[in-house]
Amino acid sequence: MTEFLQQLLNGLSLGAVYALIALGYTMVYGVLRFINFAHSDVFMVGAFIGYYAGRLVPEGTIWGGIAVLLTAMVGCSLLGMRIEKTAYRPLREPIEFNLVTILAALIGGGAAFYLTRDVFPSDYAIALRIISCWAAAEAASWLARRTGLKIVLQRTRGGAPTLNVLITAIGVSLLLEYSGQLIFGAAPRTFPAIFPSLNFHVGGLTISTNQLCVIGVAAFLLVVLQFIVFRTRIGTAMRAVSMNPKAAALMGVNNDVVIAFTFALGSALAGAGGILYAVNYPSIDPLMGVMPGLKAFVAAILGGIGNIPGAALGGLLLGTVETFVAGSEWSTYKDAIAFAILIVILLFRPAGLLGRFTIEKV
Amino acid sequence: MKLPTPHLFLLAGLAVAFGVSHFSEHIDPYHLDVLTGVGINVILAVSLNLVNGYTGQFSLGHAGFMSVGAYLAAATTVIWGPMLLGEDGGTTFQQGLLFLGALLGGGCAAALAGLFVGVPSLRLKGDYLALVTLGFGEIIRVIFQNVESLGGALGLNGIPPHTTILWVLVFVALTIFVVTSLVNSTYGRGFLATRDDEIAAEAVGLNTTRYKIVAFVVGAFFAGIAGGLYGHFKMTITPTGFDFTKSIELVVMVILGGMGNTLGVVLAAVILTLLPELLRPIAEYRMVIYSVLLIVLMLARPQGLLNLRLPGSKNSAN
Repeated sequence: MTEFLQQLLNGLSLGAVYALIALGYTMVYGVLRFINFAHSDVFMVGAFIGYYAGRLVPEGTIWGGIAVLLTAMVGCSLLGMRIEKTAYRPLREPIEFNLVTILAALIGGGAAFYLTRDVFPSDYAIALRIISCWAAAEAASWLARRTGLKIVLQRTRGGAPTLNVLITAIGVSLLLEYSGQLIFGAAPRTFPAIFPSLNFHVGGLTISTNQLCVIGVAAFLLVVLQFIVFRTRIGTAMRAVSMNPKAAALMGVNNDVVIAFTFALGSALAGAGGILYAVNYPSIDPLMGVMPGLKAFVAAILGGIGNIPGAALGGLLLGTVETFVAGSEWSTYKDAIAFAILIVILLFRPAGLLGRFTIEKV
Repeated sequence: MKLPTPHLFLLAGLAVAFGVSHFSEHIDPYHLDVLTGVGINVILAVSLNLVNGYTGQFSLGHAGFMSVGAYLAAATTVIWGPMLLGEDGGTTFQQGLLFLGALLGGGCAAALAGLFVGVPSLRLKGDYLALVTLGFGEIIRVIFQNVESLGGALGLNGIPPHTTILWVLVFVALTIFVVTSLVNSTYGRGFLATRDDEIAAEAVGLNTTRYKIVAFVVGAFFAGIAGGLYGHFKMTITPTGFDFTKSIELVVMVILGGMGNTLGVVLAAVILTLLPELLRPIAEYRMVIYSVLLIVLMLARPQGLLNLRLPGSKNSAN
C-alpha cells in the first residue's frame, strides 16, 4: 500500500508536467487545428533558460525558484510568438516575404553575433549572445519595416493544407533541437537545484519538496489558465476563435492577436513545465523535449484534444500509468506505453475521454 | 510488340545494374559504398512516396517498417542460415538464394506489420495519422530493444555482408518499376483520387480505405527490403538506428522531391544522401540545414524543390 501511494505521488508529479505541456498542445489545436510539434522544444528551451537563469539566483530559495520560473515562462512565450509569426502565419494567410526585412534581420543578428564574440567571457556567453543576436535581429527588421522599402520575394497564398503546416512544425521542431545541439552541445548538463530540497517522511512515504513544488505550481498555473480562458476578454476571444474563426473575425475579434496570445500562453506553460521537469530530473540536453513532448501530446488526445480540463486529466493519468509501468517488471516498455494508449484511444474513442465527437462535413 | 515505357525502364535499370556490378571491381570501394547507401535510400524514399506522395497519407513510421525487414532478414541469415546451409556456409549460389529469401521474408514481415498498423490507423487523417505511425515506429523500436535474442539495445552484430551493388540496383529498379506501374495503372488512379479528394473519390465508388492500406502495405514491403539490404550492408543493426530521425530524413526526401513525383524523389534521395558525404566537414550542420530547408520549402515552394511541373498544372501535388 505504501509503495502504491509512493508510486502514485511520483506519477502525479510527472503527470503534472505532462499536463502543463499538454495544455499548450491542446490550446493551439483548439484555435488552429494542427499539432504544434515545436511545442516540445519550447519546453526544452524553457529548461535551458532555467539552467542559465538558475545560477543568477541563490540556490534553494523559494523566491529564487519562482524568479527562474517566471523568466523561463516569459522567454518561452516570446519564443512561441516568434515561431508562430515566422513559420505558421505565412501558411495561414497571404504574407509577402520582404527581402529588405529578412536581410535586415540577418545582418542585425549577424552583426550582434560578430560584435559580441568577446564581450561575454563566461559560460553565460552563449545564452547572452543568443539573446543579443535575437534582439538585434528583431530591432533591425523593425527598423527596416519602418523605412517602407520593399523587395517582395514571394507571396504566400495562405490557407495551406494541414499537411504543410504539420511539416513546417516538424521543421521548426528539428531546427530548435539541432541548433540546440550545435550551440549547447549534445552532452547532458546538470540542472541547478533552484527550489529548496527537503524530504519529508510521512508514514513510510518519502515526499520531496521538489515533488510538492511541481504539483503545487502546476495546480496554480491550471487555475490561472482556467481564469484566463473563462473569465477574461481575451479568453472569451480565444474560445470564440476556436469555435469558428471566421465568425469570430466578423464579430470584431482580431484572430492574429488571439492566436499569438494562445501561443504565448501555451509556450509559457511549456516553459514552466520545462523547469519543473528539470527540477525532478536534473539532467537536461537539447533532445530532452522529444519524449515528454510526444507523451504530453498523447495526454492531450487522451483527454480530448482542444479540451483544457481534458488535457490536465490526460496528463495526470498518463504520468501515473507510466510511473506504475516503470515500477513494474515491464519497466523497459515504459516508453511504449504512452503510444499504446494513444493507439487504443484513437481507435475506440477518437474524441478522447472528455471530448465531443464531431462529424466531418463536406 | 511494343513494350510499355515502365517495362523498358525496368530493363534498362536491370542492364545498368548488371553493368555496374560487372565493373564493380574497377570502382573505388568508397564510391561503391556511397552508391549502395544511395540505392537503399532511393528504395526507401520511392516506397514512402507511394504512401505520402501519391496517396496523401502522411506516415512518419517508415523507419519502423525498415527495422522489421532489417531484423527479420538479419535473423534469417545469422541465426537460421547456419542451420540451413551447414557450418561451412554452403555455396555462393546457396548463400545468394538464402539472402534473397531473407530479403523477401523481411519485406513480407514488414508488409504484414504495415497491414497490422495500417488497418486500424488509416481511419485517421492528417496529423493524427502522422502521430499514430510515429507511435507505432517507436513501439516497434522499443520491442526490438527488449528482444534479447535479437541483441536487445546493443543491436545485432556479425551480419554477413551479402549486400552487393547488384542486389541494391536491381531492387532500386524493381521498386521504381512497381511504384510507377502501380500508380499509372487504371487501378492506381485511385491512389491519386484518394489524395486529391477523399470524399469525391468515395462518392464515385472507390474504396479509399482499401487504397490507403494497399499503399501502406506495398510501401512497407519495400521498406522491409531496404531494411534487409541495409542490415547486410552495414553488418550491424541497432534499434536506435531506425528511430524517428530516420523517418524524418525519408520524409524530407519525399517533400524535397515533390510529393507524388517519383523522378523528383529519386533525385532528392540521391542528393540528400550524397550531400553529407560531400559536406563531411560540416556534417553536424546537416540536420539544421534539413530543418531550415523544410521550413523554407513549405513557405516558399510547397510543391517541392525538384518538382519541375508548373504549380498551376493539373498534376502537381496539393
